[in-house]
Amino acid sequence: MLSLRIATVATLFSLPFGVVTAYALARCQFPGKTLVNGFVHLPLVLPPVVTGFVLLMLLGRKGVFGPSLADIGVVFSFRWTGAAVACAVMGFPLMVRAMRLSFEAIDRRLELASGTLGANRIWTFFLINLPLAAPGIIVGSILAFAKALGEFGATITFVSNIPGETQTISAAIYSYTQVPGGDASALRLTIVAVIIALLALVASEIIQWRAEKRLGNTE
Amino acid sequence: MIEVDVRLKAGTFSLDVAFANSAGVTALFGQSGSGKSLTLSIIAGLIKPDEGWVRLDGETLVDVDRRVFVPVSRRRIGLVFQDSNLFPHLSVKQNLLYGRWFAPRGERRIDFDAVVETLGIGKLISRPPTRLSGGERQRVAIGRALLSCPKLLLLDEPLAALDMQRKLEILPLIERVRDEFDVPIVYVSHAVEEALRLASRVVIIEAGRVKFIGDPADAFNRFAYAPGANRFERSSVLTSTVGDAADGHGLTALKHPAGTIWIAGAAGRPGSAARVIVKATDVVLSLLPPHEISARSVLSGRVADIQFEGPIATIVIELNGDGQLLATVTGGALEALALKLGSKVYALFKTAALDEQSVGMASAQGE
Repeated sequence: MLSLRIATVATLFSLPFGVVTAYALARCQFPGKTLVNGFVHLPLVLPPVVTGFVLLMLLGRKGVFGPSLADIGVVFSFRWTGAAVACAVMGFPLMVRAMRLSFEAIDRRLELASGTLGANRIWTFFLINLPLAAPGIIVGSILAFAKALGEFGATITFVSNIPGETQTISAAIYSYTQVPGGDASALRLTIVAVIIALLALVASEIIQWRAEKRLGNTE
Repeated sequence: MIEVDVRLKAGTFSLDVAFANSAGVTALFGQSGSGKSLTLSIIAGLIKPDEGWVRLDGETLVDVDRRVFVPVSRRRIGLVFQDSNLFPHLSVKQNLLYGRWFAPRGERRIDFDAVVETLGIGKLISRPPTRLSGGERQRVAIGRALLSCPKLLLLDEPLAALDMQRKLEILPLIERVRDEFDVPIVYVSHAVEEALRLASRVVIIEAGRVKFIGDPADAFNRFAYAPGANRFERSSVLTSTVGDAADGHGLTALKHPAGTIWIAGAAGRPGSAARVIVKATDVVLSLLPPHEISARSVLSGRVADIQFEGPIATIVIELNGDGQLLATVTGGALEALALKLGSKVYALFKTAALDEQSVGMASAQGE
């Protein structure tokens, strides 16, 4: 259940950043856009262990930002919050990808129409872009959530594998397989993991199907 | 009133237009690629010009020299596109009220019910836009733009994506909008009939330059006569007066100083002005006043000009009283009738050749 909490927190916290980043990548022109795009996708292509190590160097107790964060009472290393950060970072590219696609799929002329009707860019974003991209945003969140549940490499590198504090479901399965007679427990957790993953996939399919039906394919 | 004087370079195309509109409908008329839609985009604020200025009711919207550029959302200019661009996630009613919500409270002068009634969209109000037909969608789009209570309404070929039947349905609605709500309209079109029917002023744009500004009938006659135009597109516009009630066969007489034009169906109140488009290829010439012939509309005049194009000649007839009429005839016919400049002729055309689209009511101001 710790996994669920970590994944939920990770998803919810990265959601607003994901939406803003996806919108910016889809609609805005700004210097360094390619760089930002590459940076966002980095965790997807880097070995997770590398990502975890980078997080450790940045946010760890002796990392670049770690001590100053610790001063204001925020400690990530070897805490479940740190696991959430690792999961959020790993899930972020998936989230942004799905959202960006759905922002890009919105007919630009709808935004123009909204503008000529007197809505400025911020209103247009909330009244037009956000609702129309909602299916993609939800699907992106589910993907990130599923990724967070299964995240292993970055988590174990960054916050280790402490039962009850940072041990996610994947880490727990891994631990059980390392001890004699742990296979049965590992299998139980595997089934749980499969069920959660399936539910997430089904949910995202249903959401997409409903959205397509609502918006029709005639436009 | 909208006043425009702008220049813009885009690749090899250069736009250099200046005009002002009047009350009622101003038609921006030109072939596709002539720059008329680009001009509209500049007025709406979707594109910045390289040089020049745009003013609306005395307020400067764009002035490149003074670095003024009012963003789209603050211009209070309604825009209707070729495809309606309704918001698919909102109902028809929410679409209609979208712009109204952003209009300043004191300036919501256009009444919701009046617009719904005029455009005949009462039954559609609770439907999602995806379940509307093309014509219905376009009506809602016009209503939506109108309800934002704009100072100017821009229509960018609003009928181009519709079939003939739908066009004939919506044209009268635009006429009603023009007459019932006091919003000046700039109407972009490459369809002569639409421009002629709706506009009280025409601006012809060709290759990025203003070629003509003025009365629709003048504009049309000049444009249609342009050498090189396809002879099937060549036609003339006659301004006439609606005569008294029909003759009992469902026909209406339009009085022209040179004769009577019969059209099928009603044409508005007796005494009001009506414009008729006559295709040059539909006109038959006769030297004598014709009788015992099925063509009912006969106008008299004199040959003012003859232009040869291979075996076909286009003849300009100066009608008695007012206006001119184009007729295309073969070189052989021209010889047989011995037509030359100044010859007196009778021009005939069939009532059946005048479709609904070719007859339009001049705007209320013109009556």
